[in-house]
Order: sequence, then structure tokens, then C-alpha cells
Amino acid sequence: MNAFRYAQARDAASAMAALAADPRARYIAGGTNVVDLMKEGVERPSLLVDITQLPLRGIDRTATGVRVGALALMSDVADHPAIARDYPVVAQALLASASPQLRNMATIGGNLMQRTRCAYFRDVSQHCNKRAPGTGCAAISGVNRRHAVVGGSEQCICTHASDLAVALLSVDAIVHVRGRAGERTVPLERFHVLPGSTPQRETVLEHGDLITAVELPASAAARNSYYLKVRDRASYEFALVSVAAALNVAGGRIRAARVALGGVAPTPWRAHAAEAALLGRPATGGTFAAAAEAATRGMKGYGQNDFKIVLVRRAVNRALQHVGAIA
Amino acid sequence: MSGLVGAPVDRVDGRLKVTGAAKYSAEIALPGLVYGVMVLSTTASGTSQVDADAARRAPGVIAVMTPQNAPRVDSGGNGAGDRTLMVLQDEVVRYDRQPVAVVVADTFERATDAAAMVRVRYAAAPAVTRFDAAAEYKPASGGRDVDKHKGDAAAALAQAAVKVDGTYIVPVEHHNPMEPHATVAQWDGDQLTVYESTQGVINARRTLAQTFGIPTASVRVVSKFIGGGFGGKGSVWPHAVLAAMAAKLVNRPVKIVLSRPQMFGSVGFRPQTVQRVALGAGSDGRLSAIIHETSAQTSVFDEFMAGTGAISAVLYGTPNLTITHRLRRLNTSTPTFMRAPGEACGSFALESAMDELAYATGIDPVELRLRNDTQVDADGKPFSSRALREALRQGAERFGWSRRDPRPRSMRDGRLLVGMGVAAASYPTHRSAASALVRVNADGTALVQSSGVDIGTGAYTVFTQIAAEQLGLPVEQVRIELGDSAFPAAPNAGGSQLTASAGSAIKLAALDARAKLLALARGDASALIGGAAAIAALMRTGGVETIEGRSDAKPGDDAQKYAMHSFGAQFAEVRVDPDLGTVRVVRFVNAFGAGRILNEKTARSQYIGGAVWGIGMALLEHTRYDERSGRIMTANLAEYLVPVNADVPAIEPIIIPEDDPHVNEIGVKGIGEIGIVGAAAAIANAVYHATGKRVRDLPITPEKLLA
Repeated sequence: MNAFRYAQARDAASAMAALAADPRARYIAGGTNVVDLMKEGVERPSLLVDITQLPLRGIDRTATGVRVGALALMSDVADHPAIARDYPVVAQALLASASPQLRNMATIGGNLMQRTRCAYFRDVSQHCNKRAPGTGCAAISGVNRRHAVVGGSEQCICTHASDLAVALLSVDAIVHVRGRAGERTVPLERFHVLPGSTPQRETVLEHGDLITAVELPASAAARNSYYLKVRDRASYEFALVSVAAALNVAGGRIRAARVALGGVAPTPWRAHAAEAALLGRPATGGTFAAAAEAATRGMKGYGQNDFKIVLVRRAVNRALQHVGAIA
Repeated sequence: MSGLVGAPVDRVDGRLKVTGAAKYSAEIALPGLVYGVMVLSTTASGTSQVDADAARRAPGVIAVMTPQNAPRVDSGGNGAGDRTLMVLQDEVVRYDRQPVAVVVADTFERATDAAAMVRVRYAAAPAVTRFDAAAEYKPASGGRDVDKHKGDAAAALAQAAVKVDGTYIVPVEHHNPMEPHATVAQWDGDQLTVYESTQGVINARRTLAQTFGIPTASVRVVSKFIGGGFGGKGSVWPHAVLAAMAAKLVNRPVKIVLSRPQMFGSVGFRPQTVQRVALGAGSDGRLSAIIHETSAQTSVFDEFMAGTGAISAVLYGTPNLTITHRLRRLNTSTPTFMRAPGEACGSFALESAMDELAYATGIDPVELRLRNDTQVDADGKPFSSRALREALRQGAERFGWSRRDPRPRSMRDGRLLVGMGVAAASYPTHRSAASALVRVNADGTALVQSSGVDIGTGAYTVFTQIAAEQLGLPVEQVRIELGDSAFPAAPNAGGSQLTASAGSAIKLAALDARAKLLALARGDASALIGGAAAIAALMRTGGVETIEGRSDAKPGDDAQKYAMHSFGAQFAEVRVDPDLGTVRVVRFVNAFGAGRILNEKTARSQYIGGAVWGIGMALLEHTRYDERSGRIMTANLAEYLVPVNADVPAIEPIIIPEDDPHVNEIGVKGIGEIGIVGAAAAIANAVYHATGKRVRDLPITPEKLLA
């Protein structure tokens, strides 16, 4: 870890000003990700601006849903009765994340900003276009069991590590961001960006932008949602594959459907083809199987991760059976 | 206090540990202590060129040690220790994470920061990074353990009514004790004191003395508390020598503590093994042939061979047996002992094959093992005691084996497949020479000293029990000191032999002290009854300040006459999700006959821990290398998975009482390692029963069950 300066921000404006003044400055909240990366030498910030004293911890009901402050702790959100009732997929994803100790430290905003677990990204001796643009992606023909089967590029096949973001994608969450030009909102689906030829860029945020809240719109599908996480061990592991499914079934037909995937792409991945295969169709096993097949469309393995494509199909099918109440 | 031995006495060091008062090697504070951080290679073969200018100028840096300025030492192989140590004696890189420099600074943080500033350029040389690409050869070391032949196994196999023949793979595994390796080294003139996280201070002292070319008497090694060793701390590793070299270079005490990523590669590991096991049997299941061929990896500069096939000469009787061991040289550090070094892997192959034979013959797996029970080993030696039959019987009873429908995929729990598996276990009873001191003080209390190290297993406690029982004292009136090479010699806490060796010595030393007390009482044993008060009165009357009991205990003739082993049986129940390929162990019963049990509580912990290790081995643990560079790409606990609490079900150990007069003075066989033997096979066999899929390469991860 490099030597760095530390400052505690009293308000959002001074936090943002501190970052604006120093291109190598970074925000720190729970620190469960950035401190790890600093220990590995992957992140070498000159200044850490501690934002944990900003008043962004609230979890509040609004006319349209729930607004979760960016600094709300993962554990607090998971335990909140409105989240558990109206967005079970979110509570389940949170409780399937990390460990209780980490969830007591980590924040919702920080969770969206967490960086990939790719072993080549985290090992500064290795080639990685995300960490060191232009050096190449060592994972494509290396140890890639945990890597992406969709959404990657020749520059990067990492996976996004968050469970929460996958769940939020399935409930159409909206990210509130404060930037130089004031407040703006970004649908979560457009918040993370695919690597393409610039894998070092992971979100639409500019340096100094501050996530203030995540808005969860209420919906019938969100109330009937489910998170399925598949991993080698029973707890405390990033997903091999995960599925967030939200379904509104009325009169035996699917009126709304969301299928989001984790562990398969450099961003939380929305399976639009699967959703299209569900919408308007009867909520039957045959429909779910077809949607599960559609979810794998365009997926490509790199050797060790080939199994994820089969696993996606099986896991989507399982998750849809759960929310379709035919399990 | 007769009856103390065997009782489930609480750990005598428990309070020290839970209050933080127990000081581990990394916590040793010395005046003037400075901090070393190793810079490790990032490739597996080549020559390194170190540019340390920036690091030398960094704040707080005292020195950067490189091959240019490192003190010259004997880095071993033949002379020093059990392995060659890559300690900056040349620029040649032979494995990933080999030390290429050490930064010494006034704080750990500054040393860490400066270590990241060291620039290393490599002139790459070809590396052997793939097991398949390395040529196989017959090891020069290993002696008569390398190959064993009895009868004609190949011919018997060809003629067998039923045969199974499979290849079983166990990948590289890392020990991952909770406490990382740590060394604090201090020179006082030519006297070296090292606080070291080691399983054996006498062994470490010898290696360090030879490395630095100084008399053994000039080295003191202290290892008071260890947060897990598992064989990984059985040897001296480069960081320990480097700490002492750096201390010499900067003329101050130096501490080096490994980071978790450094625990992969810079120290030892369980080598990959590829085993062929072929069994021939009659239709009644009686074995006519066992062929057990092992190919394992070693480093390009040293040989390490574990007796992987040895278990095939012990578990079952067969007229025809072939056991071979071969090695392959890869660009890794030299592999080392890891909990049941040979038997853990060997039992996975043999006991998976026995399960396959059970299905091939249609005989129940427990019954098949009972039919092949034997009273002599492959050399014809009788066993000093053998509890295999009883372990299988009691284990099956407790586990509810009779409820098992043997047909694969026949048992379900909702949508999950249910599987039940069994495997047998054995582990040899080792013993080495050891000495001990038992001193009786004027107040009637006693002090026990041995250089043996308690690596977390409970040696402090059981040794206290042994001495207390002989002296008729409660455990509270016996103080014990371990883990200092200044104390009477004991072997490594490895090979499950410390209790047998040092425990026997402590019993003999206590008997010696007791004999002297009895002499003081003119043979009146009643004068010794009444704990410390009675003994204090006796000594006061006799005008004696202290009494010292000493011993030199060593293996007797019985080791030549008998085959000495622990035996056991492992029973696992799993749930497998047939769609997602995930396996969870839901129940585990294991039963062992391992001689006399000195403390039921600490013994159960060893058996439970062995099962937990078996779960990791069966389902999770896998070190993955980048085959282009030889770099370990799973060098953290998020990528290298060990079981977490949620993976560990109720584990029910059964202790089979055993009275073996042949093994040693205290009748113990050692319990630290047998718990893992067969555990992975029991789980793999349960997975087969659940799914009908025979996975022969560990770990059993979802992708292997999805197809």
C-alpha cells in the first residue's frame, strides 16, 4: 500500500471539491473494496476522502417506491421490512453477499462501484487492459473459470462482482448522482458500461461524481422476485452464476418480466431475450424453459468457464419456476 | 489424580488464547525491531535483475537486500535442512514467488510501500508449468518406500473375475493456516535467536545453524504458540533465513510476516498427484490384486516424495500388490508435508476404487471392506492393534448405513439427490526419540519442559495431564513450558508423532521425579497423596528444594515386530442439486481407533478438523496456475476456497477404545492426521451414490456434475 492522505468530508460539496482538485483522489465509504485494492497495489490514490459522515444513510419510502441512501449499509438494507416485503430479490441478494462483517461495513453506493475480482486485474504483475490499458487481457487464454461468457471484448472478459447490482437491475433501480452540473438520475442498466475498447471505464460516472441514492420503483414484479446464487461453497463466495428474476403473472399470463444475470458479464447483465420470451406468454414450465434457453443466446466460453452457459440455462429456469410458483 | 489422562480437560492455554495474552511469533516485540518485506518473483523461471534505487530512497528504508549485498549462507540441499532454500544467493529464478529482494524499514507500512517500488526485470527462461509436460522419473530419495512388489499384481489383475482400473487426480493444495508464517530474528554477536512459527524448534535450530555455519548451541528457536501448521510449518522456509540474514545486514532484530498472497508459492504445498489404482477381485469381492501407481510433482531443484501408495499396503489383504511412486519436475517451490501427506491423496484413490469395486461386485461397500480386512500388512507383519472392523461397524450403526438404498440416484430429498458414502482410513504410528524435564518445586507444584511445539492441537493440555497424573497433582498445580530449543529435545509436531514421542518422555520424566519423591518418603507412597501440599511437606521434611525428573525416551523393539497404525472409517451424506451441480455435505460420522485417547475434548477437535479438511479437499480446494508463466492465480482466500461454517455440517466422531501395549509408554497412536484420510473419498463416493457420476479428479465442483 502506498502512502496517502486522508480527509473526512463534512458535506457533499466539500467532498466533491476535494476530488475535483486532485485527479488521483478517491472517495472511501465502507472501504471493503478500495482498501483491498490498495493493499494489492491496484489502486494507489493520493487522497482518500471519507464520505461516511454525509447524510446519505436513510432508507425512505416515497410515493413511487423506496429511496435508499448511498451510504446505507448492506446489512441495514437487507433487514429493512419494506425491502424484504416489496423487493425480496434485493434482500436475498444482499444476504447472499460477502459475510455479515463485510455487510456491516459496506455501503450500497460502494457496492455498485466495486471492481472486478479478476485475478489478473488484482495482480499487478500481470497483463490487464483494465488496470494498465494496452497491456493485453491475460484472462482470455488464462485462468478464466470465473470470467464472462457474454458482454466481454477482446480487451476484457472480467465479471462484475456485485450481487446487489444484479438484483437492482431486475427491479428497474435508478441511481441518483450528484455531479458538477447538479443532480441527475441514471437507470441502473445504463450505469455500468461494457469494456469494449476502454475496459478501464466501468461506469458512466465522471471523476468526482457522487452517488447519493438508489431509487427502487415499486412494482408487482418486484414484489414477486427472487435471487438465485450458484457458487462452489455455501456462503462467502462470489457468484459463479446468479439470477435475479421478477415476474408479474395475472390471469395465468406474464404481464411483466425481468431477468438479470450475475457472474456472466463485465456488468450486471440484463437478459432481454429471456424477458421477451416471457412477456405475454402463459406462466408454464415450457415458457420458462424457452426463456432460459434464450438467456444463453450469444454466450461464448473461454475454456474453464464454458460450464457457465449450461449453468445459466439451468439457473434461469430454476429462478423462473420459483417466481412462477411452479416449483 | 489417577484418571486425569483421558478426561476431557479444558485447554490449559485456552484463557491465554481467548484473552489475547498468548503471544504468537508475529507479535514478539524487541527493542530496535525493524520490519522486512519480501519482494517475490512474478514468473517461474529466468534470471532477475533488481533495481532497488527508488526503494532505497523511500522514507524509513534501512536496507534493500538483494543477491548483490546479501550475506553468503549455505542454502542447503545436502547440508542444511530438508530442502534447498532460495535465499538471494544468486539471480536465478526457479519458481513463482521466489524471493528476489527484501526491503527493511522502520515500520511495516513503509517496508511494504518500498517493496512495491522495487523494479525487477526478468530474462525469461523456459519453465515447466504443466504436469503433463514434465517427464516422469523414479526418485533417488525415498528409499524402499518408492516401489513395493508382492506376488504378480499385473497377472492377477488380468485373471481377476472382477476388476476396476481408474486414474485419480488431486490438485495442488495449500495449507492456509489462520496464522501466516512469521519470523523475528535477532543476533547478539554470533548468537542467533529466532522467534519462529514452526512445528519444530529443534529441527529449525539445526537448519539455521547449518545455514549460517555456526554451532547448534549458538542458535535458539522459540515457538510458543502456533495458529495452525498442518505440515506447512514443518520446515524452515526462505523467509526465516532471510529474516536472520537481514538482521545481520542491518545489525538490528528483523521481523518478516508473510501476507496471505505470499502464503501461496513462497512456502510449501501439497503436490499434485495423478494415481492409477487397479483392483482385481473374485466375485466374492476378495482382492487378488492391488496396483497403486503414483505420479507426483516436485521442484526443479529438490525432491519431495510423499508415500501416497503406502496405504495400499496396510488397509486390505491381497496376495498380489504393486506400489510405485514417480516424480515430475516443475517450476514451483518444493512441495511439502500437508496433513497426512501420502495417505490423504492415496486414500482418495484407493477408497474411490473400493467403492467402484463394490458396485462392480454388487457387494455393500462396508461389507466389501470387512471381507478384505487383514491381520498382517503387506510385509507379513502383524498389526499391534487394528480397529478397522470396529470402526466400520460402529460408524455404520451411528450413521444409519442400513437405510441406504445402494442404487445410484435412488434417494431424494425434494428435488435434491441424496448420497451416502463410506471410506476406510489408516495412518502410521510414528515415534522419535525425545527428552523431557519434570521439576518438582519446594511448594509441591511441578514444572514440565519440552521443546515440542503445540501447533494448536492441545499438546500443552495433554502433556500437563500426563505429568499431573503421574505426580498425583491436579492440572492447576502443573505448569508447562513448550516450544523453546533451550528445553529438552523433542521432534517436530508432524507425522502425528509429537504426543507419542514427547508425551512418552514426559511420562518417564514424571515417573523419575516420582521415584525420587518416593525415595524421599522411604517408599511410603501414601506420603505422595494430597497434591502439592503433601509433596511440599515431604520435601520440607527431607530438606530438598527441588527434584528433577529427566528422561530420554525412544522407540523400542516392538516397532520392528509390529506394524503400527491407526484405523478408522468415514461416513458422509450429501445433497446434490441435479440441475445446478452444487454439492453440500449434510452429515458426517467418523470413527477411529487410535490407541489411548489422552483428552477426549481435544481428540474430538482433531477428528472434526480432519473431516472439515476432507470437505475442502473433496469439494473446494484447488490451486490454479497460469500455465504460460507458472504464476499462481488463486493466491487469496476468495479464489482458493476452504470450507466456511455453512459448508460444515454436524460431524460426529466416534472414539473406539483401544489398548495397545506395543506403540509406546503412553499407548497413543497420534490423531492429528487420520481424520482427513478417506474423508474426501467418502464424500466422492456419496456424490456417486447421489448422482451416478464418478468424479475422479478433485475438487468436485459444479461443472463436473452438470454434464
